[in-house]
Amino acid sequence: MSLPIAATDVAVMWDHLYWFLVWLSVFFFVLVVGTMIYFVIKYRHQKKQKPVFITGNHTLEVIWSIVPLLLVLIVFVWGYVVYRKMIHAPPNSLEVRVIGKQWLWQFQYEDGKTTVNELFVPVNQPVKLIMSSEDVIHSFFVPDFRVKQDVVPGMYTSIWFEPTVPGRHQIFCAEYCGTSHSQMLADLYVLSEGDWAQWKAGKKLNLKTSRISMSNVPSPTLAEQGKKLMLQKGCVACHSDDGSPRPGPTYKNLFNSKVELANGQVVIADENYLRESIETPQAKLVKGFGPLMPTFRGIVSEEEINAIIAYIKSLK
Amino acid sequence: MSDTQTMHYLNQTTGIWSWLKTLDHKRIGLMYLFTVLIFFLVGGVFALLIRWNLFYPNHGFVEANTYNKFFTYHGAIMVFLVIIPAIPATLGNFMLPLLVGAKDVAFPRLNLFSYYLFVLGALIALASLFFGGADTGWTFYTPYSIRASSSMIFVVLGAFVAGFSSILTALNFIITIHKLRAPGLTLGRLPLFCWAVYATSIIQILATPVLAITLLLLVFEQVFKIGIFDPKLGGDAVLFQHFFWFYSHPAVYIMILPAMGVISEVVPVFSRKPIFGYKAIAMSSFGIALVAFIVWGHHLFVSGQSELANFIFSLLTMSVAVPTGVKVFSWLATMYKGSIHFNAPFLYVLGFLELFSIGGLTGVFLATLALDVHLTDTYFVVAHFHFVMVGGAIMGFFSGLHYWYPKICGKMYSEKSALIAFVLIIIGFNVTFFPQFILGAQGMPRRYWTYLPEFTLLNQISTVGSWMLGIGFVYVVYYLLRDLKKGEKATANPWRALTLEWQTTSPPPTENFVKTPVVTEWPYEYRE
Ligand code: HEC
Ligand SMILES: [Cu+2]
Ligand SMILES: [Cu+2]
Repeated sequence: MSLPIAATDVAVMWDHLYWFLVWLSVFFFVLVVGTMIYFVIKYRHQKKQKPVFITGNHTLEVIWSIVPLLLVLIVFVWGYVVYRKMIHAPPNSLEVRVIGKQWLWQFQYEDGKTTVNELFVPVNQPVKLIMSSEDVIHSFFVPDFRVKQDVVPGMYTSIWFEPTVPGRHQIFCAEYCGTSHSQMLADLYVLSEGDWAQWKAGKKLNLKTSRISMSNVPSPTLAEQGKKLMLQKGCVACHSDDGSPRPGPTYKNLFNSKVELANGQVVIADENYLRESIETPQAKLVKGFGPLMPTFRGIVSEEEINAIIAYIKSLK
Repeated sequence: MSDTQTMHYLNQTTGIWSWLKTLDHKRIGLMYLFTVLIFFLVGGVFALLIRWNLFYPNHGFVEANTYNKFFTYHGAIMVFLVIIPAIPATLGNFMLPLLVGAKDVAFPRLNLFSYYLFVLGALIALASLFFGGADTGWTFYTPYSIRASSSMIFVVLGAFVAGFSSILTALNFIITIHKLRAPGLTLGRLPLFCWAVYATSIIQILATPVLAITLLLLVFEQVFKIGIFDPKLGGDAVLFQHFFWFYSHPAVYIMILPAMGVISEVVPVFSRKPIFGYKAIAMSSFGIALVAFIVWGHHLFVSGQSELANFIFSLLTMSVAVPTGVKVFSWLATMYKGSIHFNAPFLYVLGFLELFSIGGLTGVFLATLALDVHLTDTYFVVAHFHFVMVGGAIMGFFSGLHYWYPKICGKMYSEKSALIAFVLIIIGFNVTFFPQFILGAQGMPRRYWTYLPEFTLLNQISTVGSWMLGIGFVYVVYYLLRDLKKGEKATANPWRALTLEWQTTSPPPTENFVKTPVVTEWPYEYRE
């Protein structure tokens, strides 16, 4: 069953497993249906052929329980090994934030650019997408990379890939999300090194299908946007970014650190923790602080949360 | 149908009220059958409309919102109103008491009440059509369903009410099997269909309440905004999926186990040989019922579920291969050195084995973590579960329907018509659904109103197949109705089978047996 091109190394590994299982299935299909056809022809009702009285055979029954079990276990392990490769992004990945909304995809880059329904990434470099949804569940699906991940409101999910084939790749929404679900498509452009340099410099790219025209005006980076938002939303009244004491904990060195909670638990301050701290501050109270922080759910938008977290991440 | 010489359950009393108020399990079974076939027709029309809209990309036969309602009603009707009740409520109701040599089910009044609950649930669900129609998909995923039109509430409440009907029916069956078996019918001699219905009933009793609570919570969330499933209210969007699949995965086995039970009866009768591995087949039904409850997470591999959970659910799901393999191989071994008769019930067994093999093997693809990531939510999944649900459950249902037709109506169906219909259905089915595996592998997502031009050819093949399938199904209903009048008169035991239902007349008298049968051997003692 023909597959789309395999545009990452993981996709190539995926294809090996897929074809192995296709052939294994063909073998078993022929075994079952072939045996069936052979039996019904050979043992069709005939006057001179009497049926034989057989009620079971333990050896056979043990064999056909154990052999399939062993085979599916092999497939399971193989599937898990490839799956681990699919979900653990290398630490040096380029990060892009993705927001799904009915019915479009929005992309926020570290350098402050934002695009809609077109994602630009460099070839041969790992890219990690940090994704969230503004409304209902969507699913980010790139068949050429064999990756898919639901994009869920209220939390971050992520996906990564290292594209090896420059050019356009199709992005689909794979989770039903209402009227225009089937038109929630986007293009993923894998840029050659030269094109990527152009893109980063804000120059126009020579892509036939792309609608994006870049301008040279330098925009604030995502982290800088986050810093500005902290001022606008009044976070700075309670939080410092240099370690100085305020009513709330400082952001300095917060990202990926171990946070001790009031209930004695220790959690890692990853993206989902930070997000929860902003949307539902009382859910995990930091030890030594009171429940002072108001909820910002619905007050800061998805784009703004992404910028704020990018800023906190930059304070390492 | 009427036969003036002898009295039986069909002519003992007459008039519409004698049916609507009947406590006879056979008449209740027939009322279910009639109701289920009507819904099968309605669900099927939705299917044809879906396929026609997908005949061209951007076809626009209907607009997207209407299309989304089509697949919602197609799925909800086929799952809740057709496949789940198809075998247990129709053939199970009719046959179970006969198979165990009883006069009726344990609680006949409860049985009738279940039927009306089912009809009530169905009517509530369909009432939603008059309030704009639901467009959430039969899976009702939150938070979309919470924000969707409130007509969704009717569908959900309908499924809720119909759920109680299946709980009560299951209860009735379990008690019937325990308490009303004829003298000599030890558990070790129980026909395999009864074992399958027993295992199914356990799942229904344990899993359906979870669905009921989940659906109720969903209604509360939409009406009172309590904040369990909607992240905007501080809820957890994915929690619903856990609740939903905790029921709906076992529901898959509610659909397939009874079909497997039918196959286990039909294979030995038409091979003229004992069933191979009676114990293993009976136990594997319970094996399947047990695993059913611990694999729901395989529907959530890309939902944001943790890596550890994915690992465990993938591993557990793989184990389903063993009990299903045991059944398939045992049926094949039953045919070995038999004396095979190709009557329609057996043809559907062959159809079952072909389709279910494909459905089962592609299930392994989806249980494999890495493969599922690409294949889930594409047409691969759509093809997979149609091969299992239609290929498995409906083939089993049709096999049983033909097998017991002479007993139910006292007439023989026409084998010639049955063969024509079977060929149409089996070819139509493969032409409809096999291309969908390829579409899915190529990346076409499911629930798409339109698609990219490169998917056109395979979609058109699939649509043409759906016409054949549709004609095949309609033809079955047609000749089965025609032969009620035109069919030859059936003898008590036209298939020379050994289970108890064949020891009474066709059709049976109202209380099934003139004299309570006594069982002296197991039901697969075929020595010729
Ligand atoms: C009224 C004071 C106040 C304001 C305003 C406030 N916070 Fe907080 N914040 C707190 C306090 C107190 C805590 C520690 C207790 C807790 O976990 O809720 C906290 C905790 C946090 C944490 C978790 C820190 C850690 O060390 O684990 C984050 C992240 C955070 N706030 C972000 C924000 C952002 C972003 C804003 C502005 C949009 C904001 N806060 C506005 C008082 C405030
Ligand atoms: Cu979508
Ligand atoms: Cu499942």
